[in-house]
Amino acid sequence: MSGIAASIAEGFSLGGEDFCAHVSGALFHAGERLLIVADLHLEKGSAYAERRVLLPPYDTAATLARLAEVAAYFAPRAILALGDSFHDVRAGARMSANDRESLQSLQSGREWIWIAGNHDPEAPAFVEGLRRVAYQLGAVTLRHEPSICEPSSCEIAGHLHPVARVAAARGRLRRRCFISDEARCIMPAFGAYAGGLNILDEAFAPLFTRARATAHVLGRANVYRIGLDSCRPD
Amino acid sequence: MRSGKSALLIAPTGAGKTLAGFLPSLTELAQRPPGADGRGLHTLYISPLKALAVDVARNLEIPVAEMGLKIRVETRTGDTPASRRQRQRRDPPDILLTTPEQLALLLGGPDARTLFSTLRRVVLDELHAVTQSKRGDMLALDLARLRTLAPEMTAIGLSATVREPDELRRWLVAQRETQTHMAALVKAPPGAPADLSMLDCAERLPWSGHGASHSINDIYAAIKTAKTALVFVNTRAQAEAVFQQLWSINDDNLAIALHHGSLDASQRRRVEEAMAQGLLKAIVCTSTLDLGIDWGDVDLVVNVGAPKGASRLTQRIGRANHRLDEPSRAILVPGNRFEALECRAAIEAAAIGAQDTPPARSGALDVLCQHILGTACAGPFDENELFAEVCSAEPYSQLALSDFSSAIEFVANGGYALGAYERFAKIKRDKDGLWRVANGKIAQSWRMNVGTIVESDMLKVRLVRGRANAPAPGNARTAAGSLYYPAKLSNAARTAYTGPLARGGRVLGQIEEYFLETLAPGDTFLFGGEVLALQGIVEGEAFVSRAQSQAPKVPSYAGGKFPLSTYLAERVRKLIASPRQWGGLPEQVRDWLGLQRKVSRLPNAKDLLVETFPRGGRFYLVAYPFEGRLAHQTLGMLLTRRMERLGLMPQGFVASEYALAIWGLSDVAGACASGAVSMDSLFGEDMLGDDLEAWLQESALMKRTFRNCAVIAGLIERRFPGKEKTGRQVTISTDLIYDVLRRHQPDHILLRAAREDAATGLLDVARLSDMLLRIKGRIVHKALARVSPLAVPVMLEIGREPIYGQAQDQILAEAAQDLVEEAMQPTTGARA
Repeated sequence: MSGIAASIAEGFSLGGEDFCAHVSGALFHAGERLLIVADLHLEKGSAYAERRVLLPPYDTAATLARLAEVAAYFAPRAILALGDSFHDVRAGARMSANDRESLQSLQSGREWIWIAGNHDPEAPAFVEGLRRVAYQLGAVTLRHEPSICEPSSCEIAGHLHPVARVAAARGRLRRRCFISDEARCIMPAFGAYAGGLNILDEAFAPLFTRARATAHVLGRANVYRIGLDSCRPD
Repeated sequence: MRSGKSALLIAPTGAGKTLAGFLPSLTELAQRPPGADGRGLHTLYISPLKALAVDVARNLEIPVAEMGLKIRVETRTGDTPASRRQRQRRDPPDILLTTPEQLALLLGGPDARTLFSTLRRVVLDELHAVTQSKRGDMLALDLARLRTLAPEMTAIGLSATVREPDELRRWLVAQRETQTHMAALVKAPPGAPADLSMLDCAERLPWSGHGASHSINDIYAAIKTAKTALVFVNTRAQAEAVFQQLWSINDDNLAIALHHGSLDASQRRRVEEAMAQGLLKAIVCTSTLDLGIDWGDVDLVVNVGAPKGASRLTQRIGRANHRLDEPSRAILVPGNRFEALECRAAIEAAAIGAQDTPPARSGALDVLCQHILGTACAGPFDENELFAEVCSAEPYSQLALSDFSSAIEFVANGGYALGAYERFAKIKRDKDGLWRVANGKIAQSWRMNVGTIVESDMLKVRLVRGRANAPAPGNARTAAGSLYYPAKLSNAARTAYTGPLARGGRVLGQIEEYFLETLAPGDTFLFGGEVLALQGIVEGEAFVSRAQSQAPKVPSYAGGKFPLSTYLAERVRKLIASPRQWGGLPEQVRDWLGLQRKVSRLPNAKDLLVETFPRGGRFYLVAYPFEGRLAHQTLGMLLTRRMERLGLMPQGFVASEYALAIWGLSDVAGACASGAVSMDSLFGEDMLGDDLEAWLQESALMKRTFRNCAVIAGLIERRFPGKEKTGRQVTISTDLIYDVLRRHQPDHILLRAAREDAATGLLDVARLSDMLLRIKGRIVHKALARVSPLAVPVMLEIGREPIYGQAQDQILAEAAQDLVEEAMQPTTGARA
């Protein structure tokens, strides 16, 4: 898709490592050629269907297709899924043969690391790849849930699905975003059906000081760096 | 009606048609042999308004009591206590007065078959208003269901005068293939012709806007001459503004009240009571009072702004004077020059009794889905029998079997091509081939979801700490009290309250979330006739305090924006094109049109006038289709896309009810002169193909339309997790569902339903399409050196319009720029 190729990724560094925050919501570490995605929530649609809310059963296909586009663009050596990759422990059993195949072809020829999340403490048995609770990249720890009281080390986490509500003179938007300061980055959810939590929600309060944090907001074609003072609560 | 046939009763307001509708039932019930009472439900009365059902019950109980009849009359609305509702199912009254939603709920209950088996008659009030919406589709399906449960039943429809009575006559009775069936028609004689005039105000008539500030003194003077006046406006925002302006000159302390849909229900009821008791001199109101509660002594209607349609105006005028032998008196107040033309055209239309109610709709698929599940909740059904029953309802008489099957599939397993959800199906076929609900929880969630009215997200407005106002003079405080007394504006603008938020104040009403989003804490706005300051949004409620700002930000809520009717638009075009008929227009308007004729050209009845001119370094194109704002907005979106492709560099556009203006960096007139482009190809109807489809996919309007369809059809529940304010990372917004579904199954029944809605509703594609066909080969292009008189009103709208999809990244870029500017400021002190 040409939109991906033409898009801009926003660079920032954390713990001496350089990352770029891509407009798709993925994070790329050029040094290690590592592509990081958070909160895929595969099979969320069918999880609702179990409760008779019959959402379109295409979310897994949509999420994997988008991931394939990003992977084609960066050609990463390894892909790391930062937890909550599967919406629940029965997700693997509900996954269609087609979607399993897409995942397999995405995995072939590269390393894959599944970080455990609260929704998926264990990735389904049939998928390949390493299973880890956390991953160390230089001085940066990659884990699913942000840790509240470890100010000494840098970390990249997911779990919270940050979104920013941005208002300017001509209108307002609610968009997925990265939120980061010099010690931490929380990634946006990548999954097609993943909801979002406003970065001004109190869940973010212990993690960031408002004045020092920046939102990297995902536009249609670009990533925009926006201060929290320009963001609105829900 | 007495002969036991279904009938449509058409009568102007005040002719006593509601009671007439009950006469056959009262006669039958009175003639019952002794001891035959309590044999079950005899007559059902359905009203679109809860208040109307209650009002009619009161009016019915009086003659029943006076004649000493042993007839039980009861109401059933959302406000009826659960215990009484249960009792009503067990031991129903003779006559039950209720709403379409309550009827749907009764029909979805397991006891529906017994409950309605005794039914002899259903009376449908304000039928002309109900049938124009999805609510009407729902009612039509329920009426078909009633005919199955009670084959002896007849239907009586009560309606104001409409353009095409036969449509309503068909609506009332079962339709069977090939042959159309119609209810009998009973028409009351029309009342005396109305006394209609346009206000020719002394002040200068504005070029744009819809306000009444220029004529507020004249309106006030007119109110003084009346016993009781209804002041109709088109939007809630206008209602607030006019109310405020009237009170700012209300030296006589006239009892003037406010009534619109955002105000708290109890407050509205109090205004209605005060009105019924004759305590009010005037009510400023929106269409919430269009429908027929009996108001007693209204002897003047003032219509502020554009009348929008001939029938709408006639119905509003009908609110004045309930005696048929006397003329109703109404004054039309144009808000700008174009509205003066529209007022003139409407007065002429009313004089000849022209009607322009919208054409009959074809039944919506999302409503059908809701109905199918409801039918299954009541008991197992046979697919073929239900299809026949559905097709007997007029809006669905042309329903294709394939669409019906898709609806069944959707209800059963979502209707996805993948067939992934068979094991999670909501309804399943049993061994006899009948469809049944899979479990009891499904009926429960269907009940929570019944209805077709999906509100945009509304927040409660709660007064947390009243800022002390100058106390209102006591003599104006009658029984309605502070209810209709707005805060007087104080000269001293005070600073906003900044302390901690107090909780638990009075709820003033509800307001659209998207409007509140545009406000920052401390911003002021008009609501309920008061200037309020937003303190903050706490747990889904907007906390406000009374403020004393002189320049409140007026709520711009969209409620009550009707498009200009095609009929009236045509009359306006004819009026402009015939200077000999300008006599009835205010002098300022005549001068304005005269000048237009001299420097450019008058749009005529059949052509499309397009003007181009340079101004301030940009090039403008202004077209005058007169097809209403919605159709013009869609046209603007499609034209700018096309112009962009042609390298004409359009930068933006603005639409009004009458015209469309596009501006850009490239000289369109020059491009036309050189033959590079032609107006005919620019306005070619092929723009409704791929461009429309591409735009629809991105459109926020389309996403909102989809959400409404998804709720009505039961894909998601009204209280979907996405609506909750906490823990949002686990929720799904319908926008995400829309994006995924559109990409993977573009012909899904819900997307088709949403496109259908868009065509007739928010985007008015159908009307645009008719227009493009009408003007084909009839475009008159005037290349001007500067702006024409006719273009001024729409040019003044520039900058007031919200932005659309493509400009969204621009917002982010602006916000990012704000940050840059902030960062570049010298850091001499902390930000305030």
